[in-house]
Order: sequence, then structure tokens, then C-alpha cells
Amino acid sequence: MSLVTMTIAAEQRGTVPAERTAAKKWTRLARPALGLVLPVTLAVVWEFVVRMGWASGRLAPPPSVIFQEFVDLARSGDLQRNTLVTLGRVAAGFGCGVAVATIVGAAAGYSPVIRRLLDPSLQALRAIPSIAWVPLFVLWLGIFEASKITLIAVGVFFPVYLGVMGAIQSVDRKLVEVGRAFRLSDVQMVRRILLPAVLPAYVIALRSGLGLGWMFVAAAELLGASEGLGYLLLDGQELGKPAEIVAAIVAFAVVGKATDWLIAFAAAPFLRWEDVVRQE
Amino acid sequence: MLVLDRVSKTYPNAVQALGGVSVEVEPGEIVAVIGGSGCGKSTLLRAISGLDPASAGTVLLDGERISAPHQKIGIIFQEPRLLPWLKVAGNVGFGLGDRPKQERAARVATALKRVGLADQAAAWPRELSGGQAQRVAIARALVPRPEVLLLDEPFSALDAFTRTDLQAHLLDLWADAKPTLILVTHDVDEAIVLADRVMVMCPRPGRIFDEIAVDLPRPRDRQSAAFDFVKRRVLAALDRSLSRAVAPADGEAKASAGAALWW
Ligand SMILES: Nc1ncnc2c1ncn2[C@@H]1O[C@H](COP(=O)(O)OP(=O)(O)O)[C@@H](O)[C@H]1O
Ligand SMILES: [Mg+2]
Repeated sequence: MSLVTMTIAAEQRGTVPAERTAAKKWTRLARPALGLVLPVTLAVVWEFVVRMGWASGRLAPPPSVIFQEFVDLARSGDLQRNTLVTLGRVAAGFGCGVAVATIVGAAAGYSPVIRRLLDPSLQALRAIPSIAWVPLFVLWLGIFEASKITLIAVGVFFPVYLGVMGAIQSVDRKLVEVGRAFRLSDVQMVRRILLPAVLPAYVIALRSGLGLGWMFVAAAELLGASEGLGYLLLDGQELGKPAEIVAAIVAFAVVGKATDWLIAFAAAPFLRWEDVVRQE
Repeated sequence: MLVLDRVSKTYPNAVQALGGVSVEVEPGEIVAVIGGSGCGKSTLLRAISGLDPASAGTVLLDGERISAPHQKIGIIFQEPRLLPWLKVAGNVGFGLGDRPKQERAARVATALKRVGLADQAAAWPRELSGGQAQRVAIARALVPRPEVLLLDEPFSALDAFTRTDLQAHLLDLWADAKPTLILVTHDVDEAIVLADRVMVMCPRPGRIFDEIAVDLPRPRDRQSAAFDFVKRRVLAALDRSLSRAVAPADGEAKASAGAALWW
């Protein structure tokens, strides 16, 4: 290959042909649809099996019964009220957990002294299954909101703390040096270099923290609550109403996924530069 | 004028990387620094930039002592070091954070046009080729109009064709405002094509071993006899700088002689 054709090839690398973007758009729509095939098929098959009388569907209600249960719960207002209560608990626990984890994680990532001081203790605490705290929290904080929110906050804390600390430690020092060469002040350094560098890992940490928050709210409510989606689970169990249990599970899944999506959506404009990498 | 006076650098691990470097560089002069790997070229450049100040001696720019990064000094590294979360235009304007938006946009546009990347202003750094990325880095360093531009092996990661292309381009850009250029390189051709003066360094501790003036008219013809003549002189100086480095100091000589006996 001559030098001239080499440079032409190099220049063409920068532009993306139109048909390739169109193809990308198509796969972007088709890919999620593919994921729906399995659950939808299973639901349809189960509905069919129950309708045909091959199974009673009493313990595993078919989709139509679950849907009817949803409608009933929504009509009575139970669904909305309990969802809001659970959402409120997750929000409070997530907020507290993230706030503390971000501050502690940032300090530990930034300063080796603080890291050596705090990290061993935190790692030791992390080894405790968080549910094991429940009796202590109940003794300290009572059986109402405070102990539930604390449990959720503890669950959220660890993934966020680890994510923030790791992200700050792995900021590319060569880029920090660029900031120094351009004489950025400490505040500018944080805003223009550290924050953007840390953001992708932070969003991932927030999302895994939120996932744990939902896990722990379910646990906390199952251990005793008079309202919330977890209460619906308990209620369904005690009254022998599997449709109510499944409806509550579905509500958990939908609201959990929606909050996760909300974080991803809010962060997307700041992470667009990362997409370029993924599409390659 | 840039004046280095007995600049020394000892790293915390007791490695003496620079042992008293004294140089004077005229405004607008292009100086190439060449030498074997580990002879302190990067250390010297970082001391001048103020990123990693000298442990003894002084760096003076127009009489002002440099001990921290300075607005009049720009630096380009071996890697482009673009910020991946800023588009090309944002990277080029990075050093203009304190300027009004309009002025920033205008200067960025001019600089991008000047490095031939006007159509890539909205591209992400990841979408650029190596040569394009290094051009953006050059534009970013030049936009604040430094009086001194330091370059640490800026083209050594590029393929041969892109490298010669960017060498010519750098001279072209230099002609706009004629900043002082200090270029670290391990490529003798590059040093002679660009520089008014080639400084050959030798290691342990890093010192200026020899200085060779390059009195050839620009643009320089790599094939000419005059070019070849200078190149031979630089290569000879490099050769001597390395062989002197191999000859160990007295204590070391005894130690290695002892080792020889043992074996
Ligand atoms: N940060 C550092 N800490 C300790 N020693 C270093 C550091 N940077 C460079 N050195 C040492 O200083 C000497 C000169 O290094 P450097 O300036 O990078 O050489 P060059 O750029 O000429 O290859 C080398 O022996 C190297 O090992
Ligand atoms: Mg070097």
C-alpha cells in the first residue's frame, strides 16, 4: 500500500456512512424486542394451559387473573398507596446511603490516610449480611420507619462507597496533570477533571446501590409493616391470595426498573462521550 | 528569554536525574533535546514546565522564576491526553476557561482551522486517529498563546508518514507567533529538520553533553549533503554520550571488577 492510500484510509475512518447509522437504529429497536420473546411466550402458554383446564392455576395464577388483581388493587387505591409508601422508604434510604457513601468514598479515594483509617473497618462491616442488622436496628430505632430506612441506607452505602472510592483512585493522573499544566484551581480541578472522570463509575455505583435499596426495602417490609408493597406480599401470603403476591412482585419489578431507568436517563446527557466507545 | 541555571533534580528515591543543566534559549528559538532513554530529558522538560520543579538551580522566563505551571508555558506530551468527555472544540478551548464565551469560540475555531480539523470540532476524541488527536493537543497548547512550548516526544507514537507530516505542520504553526520551542525527541532526523540547535544529553546524572547548531535554511531537505553532515555530527555526539555513560564511575568499576573475579 502506498503512503497516499494510507492517508486516505486514515481520513475516511473519521466519518460514519449513513446506512450504518440506519442499521444501528434498527438493531437498537430490535434488540429489546428479542428479550420479550421468552416471557411473553411463557405467559401466553400458561394462560392457555389454565384456560384449557389442564391446571387449576390456584397457586400460580395465569396472567389474566394477575391483571384483574392489579385492576382491583388500583381501583381501591391500595396499589398506589402502598407503592408510594415503599417508594418513599427507598428514596429516603437511598438518599441517606448515597450522601454518606459519596462523602466517605470520596474522602477515602482522595486521601490515603483516611483510606487506611476507615477502609478496613468498613470492609469488615461489609462482610456482615445486612439483614443481620435488623434486630439491632429494631432495638435501637423501633419497628417503624427509622429502622427500615436505616437498613436500606446500609444496603445502599457499600456499593456506592466502593464505587466512588475506586473511581477516584483510578482517575487518570495524566489527565490531572493536564489540569495542572493549565493551572486549574482546586475547585476547577474537581469540576473540570475529577467529576467528569468519575461520573461513569458513579452512575454504575448508584444503580447497583439502588438495586440493593429495593432488595432491602422488600426485606424490611416483609419483616413487619402495615403498609407498602412488602405488606401486600405478607397480606397475600396470610390470606392465601397468590395473585396479590404476584401483583406486588410485578409492582416491585416495574417501579424498581423505572427508578433505575430514571438514573440512567438523567445521567445519559453527561455520559454521551462514553457511548462512542461502546458503539465501536 | 528562557534561562536555566544549574538545574538539578533528585527524585525522592535518591535517583539524581539531572545534574546541573545550564542553558539559555532565545525567544523564538527551536531547541531539540536528544539523548538515550533515561538520561533526564523528560525530567528537564517537566522542570521547565513547573509541573515537577527542580530540586536545585533556577528556571527563569523573562526574569521570572518558574516553580509552578505558568501561563506563558505550554506543554505537549507524548500522548495527546485529550479529555474524553469534551468534544474536540472543548478540548482545544480547555485553557481558555477564564475568557468570554465569544472570544473562546472564535479562537478555538481559528486554531482548529489552522490545524486542519475545522470539520471535526464536534467529534469526540475517541473518533480521531492518532495524528488528528495529537493535532488537537497541539492546538490546545497553542490557543493560550504561550511564549514557550515544550514538547516531550510528541510524535514518537505516530507512524512515519504522519510524523513527517506533523513535523512540517508544527513548523508552519510555529511561524504564526514564533514561540520558543523545546522539543524532546529520540529521532535525530526530527531534531535536525526542526531545530536551530540540538542539545545532546548524557545520563547519570543528566547533563548537556554537546550542542550542535543547525544552520540550514528552512524548509530543510533531508536528502541534502548539508543535512547529512549535521546528522553525522549529532550521531557521533550521541555515540560518545552513550559510551561515556557506559564507562562506570570509580566505585562501580571496582565493584564490577570484583564481580568479575567472583564469577
Ligand atoms: N518520578 C520519578 N521518580 C523516580 N525516578 C524517576 C522518576 N521519573 C524519572 N525517574 C528517573 O530519572 C531518570 C531520568 O528519567 P527521564 O527524565 O524520564 O528520562 P528520559 O525522558 O530521558 O527517558 C531515569 O533514571 C528515571 O528512572
Ligand atoms: Mg521521556
